[in-house]
Amino acid sequence: MIELQQINRIFTVGDQQVHALDHVDLSIQSGEYLSIMGPSGSGKSTLLNIIGLLDRPTSGTYLLEQHNVTSMNDDTLAHTRRNKIGFVFQFFQLLPRLTALENVELPMVLEGIPPAERRQAATETLNTMGLGERLHHRPDQLSGGQRQRVAIARATIMKPAVILADEPTGNLDRHSGKDVIELLEQLNKTNMTLIIVTHDPEIGLRATRQIRMVDGRVMEDNHKR
Amino acid sequence: MRLPDTLQYAVSALSRHRIRTVLILAAMSIGVASIVILTSLGQGAQRYVRGEFASLGTNLVIVFPGRKETTGGAPTMFIGETPRDLTLNDAQALKYHYAVRRVAPIFIGQAGVSYGGKEREVPILGSTTELLRVRHWRLSQGRFLPKGDINRATPVCVIGAKVKRELFGPENALGEWVRIGDRRFRVIGILASEGRSIGLDVQELAIIPAASAQMLFNTPSLFRILIEAKSRESVPAVISHVEQTIAERHQGEKDVTVITQDAVLATFDRILGALTMTVGGIAAISLVVAGILIMNIMLVSVSQRTAEIGLLKALGSPRKQITLLFLTEAFLLSAIGAVIGVAFGHAVSWLIGRAYPDLPLGAPLWAVVSSVVVAIGTGLLFAALPARRAARLDPVEALAHR
Ligand SMILES: Nc1ncnc2c1ncn2[C@@H]1O[C@H](COP(=O)(O)OP(=O)(O)OP(=O)(O)O)[C@@H](O)[C@H]1O
Ligand SMILES: [Mg+2]
Repeated sequence: MIELQQINRIFTVGDQQVHALDHVDLSIQSGEYLSIMGPSGSGKSTLLNIIGLLDRPTSGTYLLEQHNVTSMNDDTLAHTRRNKIGFVFQFFQLLPRLTALENVELPMVLEGIPPAERRQAATETLNTMGLGERLHHRPDQLSGGQRQRVAIARATIMKPAVILADEPTGNLDRHSGKDVIELLEQLNKTNMTLIIVTHDPEIGLRATRQIRMVDGRVMEDNHKR
Repeated sequence: MRLPDTLQYAVSALSRHRIRTVLILAAMSIGVASIVILTSLGQGAQRYVRGEFASLGTNLVIVFPGRKETTGGAPTMFIGETPRDLTLNDAQALKYHYAVRRVAPIFIGQAGVSYGGKEREVPILGSTTELLRVRHWRLSQGRFLPKGDINRATPVCVIGAKVKRELFGPENALGEWVRIGDRRFRVIGILASEGRSIGLDVQELAIIPAASAQMLFNTPSLFRILIEAKSRESVPAVISHVEQTIAERHQGEKDVTVITQDAVLATFDRILGALTMTVGGIAAISLVVAGILIMNIMLVSVSQRTAEIGLLKALGSPRKQITLLFLTEAFLLSAIGAVIGVAFGHAVSWLIGRAYPDLPLGAPLWAVVSSVVVAIGTGLLFAALPARRAARLDPVEALAHR
């Protein structure tokens, strides 16, 4: 489903070039559960951003569901992102002026789905995540774990093919971190591809496939069992 | 994204920053209000002048002695020739035409008017009984100059309200004899009218028969001749009649200047119209200031909401949509500001209208419409740059913004 071929991503800072991704080849099947680990600065976030269509590779080919996305224009990329990809961030990225429900509805608002329909979908999603009591709370009235669950609800409301989580537990205590991971794993069981970037080996080792990056290259690629 | 959602998103973003929003609304509405108020004052002045002209007399043709040539610099008179005077006989001759309703010749001069030891130096008009009707004046007491032979120097006079007050106080003036210059005149009427006429304060006038004035000032030369045409349509006929008659009487020289009420009114109208446009235009500059304010505040807003923009992009918002969201905010600010401004401007000009009931105020529709259009236009124009900047943000960097 995700095919990366010879992906390079080079940042130019002043007259210095940083090779954040160095000829990365990676193939990910639909429904996989994958963790990406590696030292700081090894290119994990850069890889995730390219997979999530937030960033473009300097060179190489990226096929998403057999479509070459390297040549897509802004509109098509945005449309693909809206329908195929769900992001979960370390700092939640909820809009403070909106309630939990409104935050979750946001992708559907951008898509132009009528209010009644999206309200129902968002309510259901939040209910299944155990936030049925918190629909009308604003982010600052929620705990960290609850905020991340709202963010996950938002990432999944459009029923994307892939969920990309960049250190989703980085800002949470152990306990709520575990809750969040379990929630993501549940979603993976419904056949959503799940890619988690993490520094925590305990979390990384739960994935069925573990990738280790060093200096912009994929150094290890382990499948469980 | 659906239109109501776009609007609601913009409203929720604006309501997060109340003070900022109120500030922009104030700037926009003051700009629009000042256009409404200033053009309404201009329009009021224009209507006021039109009204005054109508009350001066209708279908008026004014004849001046001497030709005013405005084309070319060459003198029109031969050396040694002096411009011929307009005389009472000229005025008499002008009467005989189907389109002429009334003719009032006017002498003018200055003389002391005295009664019982008090003396006032006032302008003296010499004319005929027709003057009252031509000028639409009214009397508060007595009657106006008598009908009869235009060449008879009857020793009677009509005085303005102020002259009466200053010479007679509360006492009766009718029938009393006053001295004007070196002659004596009996007061037969007192003018009720106020205001100015041919540059003179009507309250400060004394009016005597034309023939008396001719003797008093010792000149046959008329100041002007006022002619009332039968109708608006017959004004041109009166003009050519005047020119022809004068030319016949003056050995072929058309040595008079004929102007019409309409021409004077049109000139005033043009001047005041231009003035209204100008003040409106100057007020419109304040809208540009409001536009710049919008641009600044939007730029601040874009940099404060960088992470939000990054999130929108991550959630799949294309550039167009982000541009639209920011333009919608600018549109709401300028449109609401404009509406408040129109209401406020009308309220203020209503208040001014109450304070000065003589001024027929009322902002012209074109000014109201164009001020709203310009307000919204500048709002959108100046928001274009910040909106573009927002749309072009790099999503990864924007998301990293804290
Ligand atoms: N916008 C950028 N401009 C310049 N260099 C960048 C930029 N983004 C990333 N880099 C560089 O690219 C390399 C990879 O960065 P990346 O953020 O992908 O690392 P990471 O593995 O996610 O690190 P961490 O674990 O600290 O999050 C680093 O050397 C980083 O300095
Ligand atoms: Mg990272």
